[in-house]
Amino acid sequence: MTALPGATAPAPADAGFVVSLDRYSGPLDLLLHLIRREEIDIWDIPIARIADQFLAVIHVLGLDEAAEYLEMAARLLRIKAQMLLPRRGDEEPWEDPRHELVRRLLEYQQVREIADWLDAAARSRAARFARGFVPPAPDTPPLPPEFSIEELLQAVEHVLAMMPDPIIHRVVARPLDVEGATARILALLGEREAFSWRDLLGPAPSVVDVLSSLVAVLELARRGLLSLRQTRPFTPVVIDRGPAFATA
Amino acid sequence: MDQRSRLLEAALFAAPRPLALDELSVLDPEATDADWLGAVQELREHYDNEGHGVELVEIAGGYQVLTRQAFAEAIERAAFAARPVRLSTAALEVLAIIAYRQPTGRAEIEEIRGVSSAGVLRLLQERGLIEVTGRSEGLGRPLLYATTPQFLEYLGLGDLADLPRSDELSIALTPPPAAGD
Repeated sequence: MTALPGATAPAPADAGFVVSLDRYSGPLDLLLHLIRREEIDIWDIPIARIADQFLAVIHVLGLDEAAEYLEMAARLLRIKAQMLLPRRGDEEPWEDPRHELVRRLLEYQQVREIADWLDAAARSRAARFARGFVPPAPDTPPLPPEFSIEELLQAVEHVLAMMPDPIIHRVVARPLDVEGATARILALLGEREAFSWRDLLGPAPSVVDVLSSLVAVLELARRGLLSLRQTRPFTPVVIDRGPAFATA
Repeated sequence: MDQRSRLLEAALFAAPRPLALDELSVLDPEATDADWLGAVQELREHYDNEGHGVELVEIAGGYQVLTRQAFAEAIERAAFAARPVRLSTAALEVLAIIAYRQPTGRAEIEEIRGVSSAGVLRLLQERGLIEVTGRSEGLGRPLLYATTPQFLEYLGLGDLADLPRSDELSIALTPPPAAGD
């Protein structure tokens, strides 16, 4: 376990995950790096040695927290264990446990080679400049319409006419409650000896006005402050001062 | 140079992007594709042989006039133009896989790279080098990615056929050597 590539990296404690990502683009990259450094034949990887080095490097680089590297470490250890199993007789075909790993390594190495080619192509292209980009001129806005001052004033008037009258504040009549109706009846009785039910309600009473007035009239009649009379059925009801009114 | 080659030069000078052959035909309806190819050839040779600081290149399915590589450093130092930011190794790996297997999904890319690639895919999409072209019929109907015309422009390629063929790569997926080791 000497001369690890990680030895040139910053101190293990500081070798953060992100920094290390720049070194290797993944576990396959790290594995290929180890294989190349050790000048190993990819078709006959000494799996025990490579697995040990892989574990050591990811530990030193602080990569042993990254799931992808741990997964590869586990895979290497499993292959290592499978390699240790005694092989059955030579007549039985032996499936090399390293086969899938080798296939993936070669596939990845090919991708790396293409990636390097792309990088070279991109660098060559980047060193040749096209003409500076000139954005197309924006469409010219349409010319303003021509009109006379009279037409303009007419248009203004038209707009003003369409505007609704501004509502600054709307007074909402408070519905008359029984107390209010009582006060109003007593005030009327103070002025006149008699008045009709219609006079009491005014020109446009609301339902609440009618009900409050009715309750107030009945209550005052009960207390003897007024008396009610009706000459015939369905004729207007007349309200008179009651016997108790003068003393009230 | 004849009149058509000079017209071609003027058009390439004026255009902000590579011009394809069928776009050139709009310039002069009399001229055939062969005429334009002749003009391209003449202009290219003119630039190459008469000592010009620019060259005519075939890029992203069209033609474009670019400065010669030799002057890149001086131009950049003077801040007349800047090179685009280089892509990371991870981004180039993903780009390589998509370029050769397009359309392809994230799962296949991650299977080959052995590492999560969602962030890199997003970055490449933002730079306009790849685009979503559809969804796979597979489980979860994953998105499928393919390269864009900007990919060819970024690399200075005429078309995808300009990528190295697998037999030109040193590591082709060949079967292991015959038994005996």
